[in-house]
Amino acid sequence: MPAKIKVANPNRCIGCFSCMLACSRANSDSVSLIDSAIDIRTSGGIESGIGIIVCRSCIDPPCARACPKGALTPRNGGGVVLDKDLCDSCMVCADACLPRAIHFDRADMPVICIHCGICAKFCSHDVLEIRKTEVL
Amino acid sequence: MWSKVLYIDLETGEHHTRDRSDLFDKYLGGTGVATQLLLEECPAGIDALSPENPIIFSIGPLTTIYPCASKVVSMFKSPMTGELGESHAGGRLAMAMRFAGYDSIVIKGRAAKPSYLSIHDNEVKIKDATSIWNVSSVEVTGKILREVEPGKGRRSIMRIGKAGVNQVRYANVNVDTYRHFGRLGLGAVFGSKNLKAIVISGTEEVELPDMSAYKNMYGKLYKEVVDTEVMDKYHDLGTAANINVLNQLKGLPTKNLKQSHFENAESISGEYFADNLLLRKIACSNCPIGCIHIAMLKTPFQKGHEFEVSHISYDYELIYSLGTNLGITMGEDVLRLIDRCEKHGLDVMSTGGVLAWATEMYERDLITPTDTLGISLRWGDTDNFLKMIDRIVEMPNKFYQALAKGTAVAAAEYGGEEFAINLGGLEIAGYHTGPASIVGQIVGVRHSHLDNGGYSIDQKASSQQLNEEQMVDKLIYEDYWRMINNSLVCCLFARGVYGEQNMVDALESVGIKKTREELEAMGREIFLAKYAFKKREGFDVEKVSVPKRFFETVSQLGMVQEETLEQMLELYRKKTGI
Ligand code: SF4
Ligand code: SF4
Ligand code: SF4
Repeated sequence: MPAKIKVANPNRCIGCFSCMLACSRANSDSVSLIDSAIDIRTSGGIESGIGIIVCRSCIDPPCARACPKGALTPRNGGGVVLDKDLCDSCMVCADACLPRAIHFDRADMPVICIHCGICAKFCSHDVLEIRKTEVL
Repeated sequence: MWSKVLYIDLETGEHHTRDRSDLFDKYLGGTGVATQLLLEECPAGIDALSPENPIIFSIGPLTTIYPCASKVVSMFKSPMTGELGESHAGGRLAMAMRFAGYDSIVIKGRAAKPSYLSIHDNEVKIKDATSIWNVSSVEVTGKILREVEPGKGRRSIMRIGKAGVNQVRYANVNVDTYRHFGRLGLGAVFGSKNLKAIVISGTEEVELPDMSAYKNMYGKLYKEVVDTEVMDKYHDLGTAANINVLNQLKGLPTKNLKQSHFENAESISGEYFADNLLLRKIACSNCPIGCIHIAMLKTPFQKGHEFEVSHISYDYELIYSLGTNLGITMGEDVLRLIDRCEKHGLDVMSTGGVLAWATEMYERDLITPTDTLGISLRWGDTDNFLKMIDRIVEMPNKFYQALAKGTAVAAAEYGGEEFAINLGGLEIAGYHTGPASIVGQIVGVRHSHLDNGGYSIDQKASSQQLNEEQMVDKLIYEDYWRMINNSLVCCLFARGVYGEQNMVDALESVGIKKTREELEAMGREIFLAKYAFKKREGFDVEKVSVPKRFFETVSQLGMVQEETLEQMLELYRKKTGI
């Protein structure tokens, strides 16, 4: 059964960035924030709330529909799969995604969540969960 | 591997970077490298508030790489003690420096006009801060800068308040609202340089030589940090749990150390705060623990349920210094006092010490309402203490000018030195546990309880019957090894996880090979390099006078004898060669 990442308890977040570091460590072999598919950010400093932005695993993904090159294809269980060879960094997909879950790495490649669940494994506060989804 | 130092001259407006692998290879980073930079950059005998005094920030080889490697070391000559100034802070700064790509930052000179630094990856700018120079609250300063600076969401913002601008000797630098470079007066040094704030962010990627070794080690350390009990106490009630513990043991300095227990401790205890005032916990970047306890204070200001709401971070030391030490009986009142210090950017521990000394002076008629400008000082009187805090920052007369220089200086001028509770010119941390705590703060490189954890050695002494020499040996062990923790730079709250072996292994996994013995020798070398600076600037362990009060109030280990201290100091000097 495919899985998807879910922000289960956003208000428990302590803003530690462990999930972001885990995502880039596991999926990009780097220590960085920019390579992480999940995005933790505050707006108005740490004294205000903490935003958690990650792919919402759309079944009919608007990012894929928007991509003029067909680089994003719907993934079994929700979300998309990126074919880097087809992507020409036009960044149209990013605007199509309302939660703004797509951003770009230093090579201007979109960073796309593969729903591996590693970030949830390194969240000490149960903010994130990996859930099984129905196969389409 | 990481050895880039950013040099900024506020006077000329120039900046450049230099590779300093000569220093980083030898001293890892953090406190080890910062000490060398200080020795290089700070001319002997200068006034700490002159343009010559450098400000140095350093991260280390594990920063952002491993969990809880979340701190930045700052170094400067201290306007408080006139010798080594060193302070550590968390928040997001360490991560911001890592991803901006700077392992150290050295700031020199004085800007002609109020300025702030804007550092985003390779863009380094000195910008005009005239319009925010007199913004009194550090929180508001942060809000203003957030609107105009890039790096939104993950940048770090350091800034000073009015205390720093007015150069109160123990002004701190606020880091990301809830963390600080406190204690030895970095805020005053900022003020003396016309430097209001520093904003820093970055987008670098760090690649490591052996990713699979790194991932394995990360998993291991993460598990130890999160799953084991090593760090439980910092997470649950936080450090504030110590209020009840130390109170029961008679180790809790109260009312200017007239007592070592507080009859009203319950209503300002960690339990009280957690049950009644705690709002949430947050973390420094890259720390899964989240020990930063934020309380919510709701103060009615008008009829009709009009409330002023503030969010205030609290810790044990703050509750001691503005709570038990001032005889404050309600957690809410402690929060009001913390909030006021935070707003001005004052070091809370020193402010509490200064107020406690002044209160006893007033009680004994050694100062009068003429000195205090009409404020009468009484234990537990929050409103008057709030007024005092404002006056310390404004310094309207000679007495407040003295208070703004700290307890030791004020007592030298006004008397009451036998109860001016300081060690080496710095107000003490909240422990009257016995001789190791006192010796530890005298010899500690920054006169901090965190230099060697003397308080916990006292506690061990009571359960394991340690003699003087054994206590001294333990102090020295901590003094040396914590130099390594602080060079990596790992949070000292995680020192239970970063023991000798884990430090060796963690370094190896990122390509730095050092044996246990090499690290131990390096710890000693760094310690001695700091002492070289301290001595050069006139510090002499033998000249530190211990106020009589320490020997008059019972400690956790009973009455502390002067002879015990002398014996331990003598042993310490012999063994370390300081
Ligand atoms: S990236 Fe955005 S639009 Fe695309 S599947 Fe995820 S949430 Fe939907
Ligand atoms: S599920 Fe995997 S790819 Fe998606 S954000 Fe988490 S770690 Fe990254
Ligand atoms: S790991 Fe969990 S607590 Fe930490 S930032 Fe990510 S979601 Fe928040």
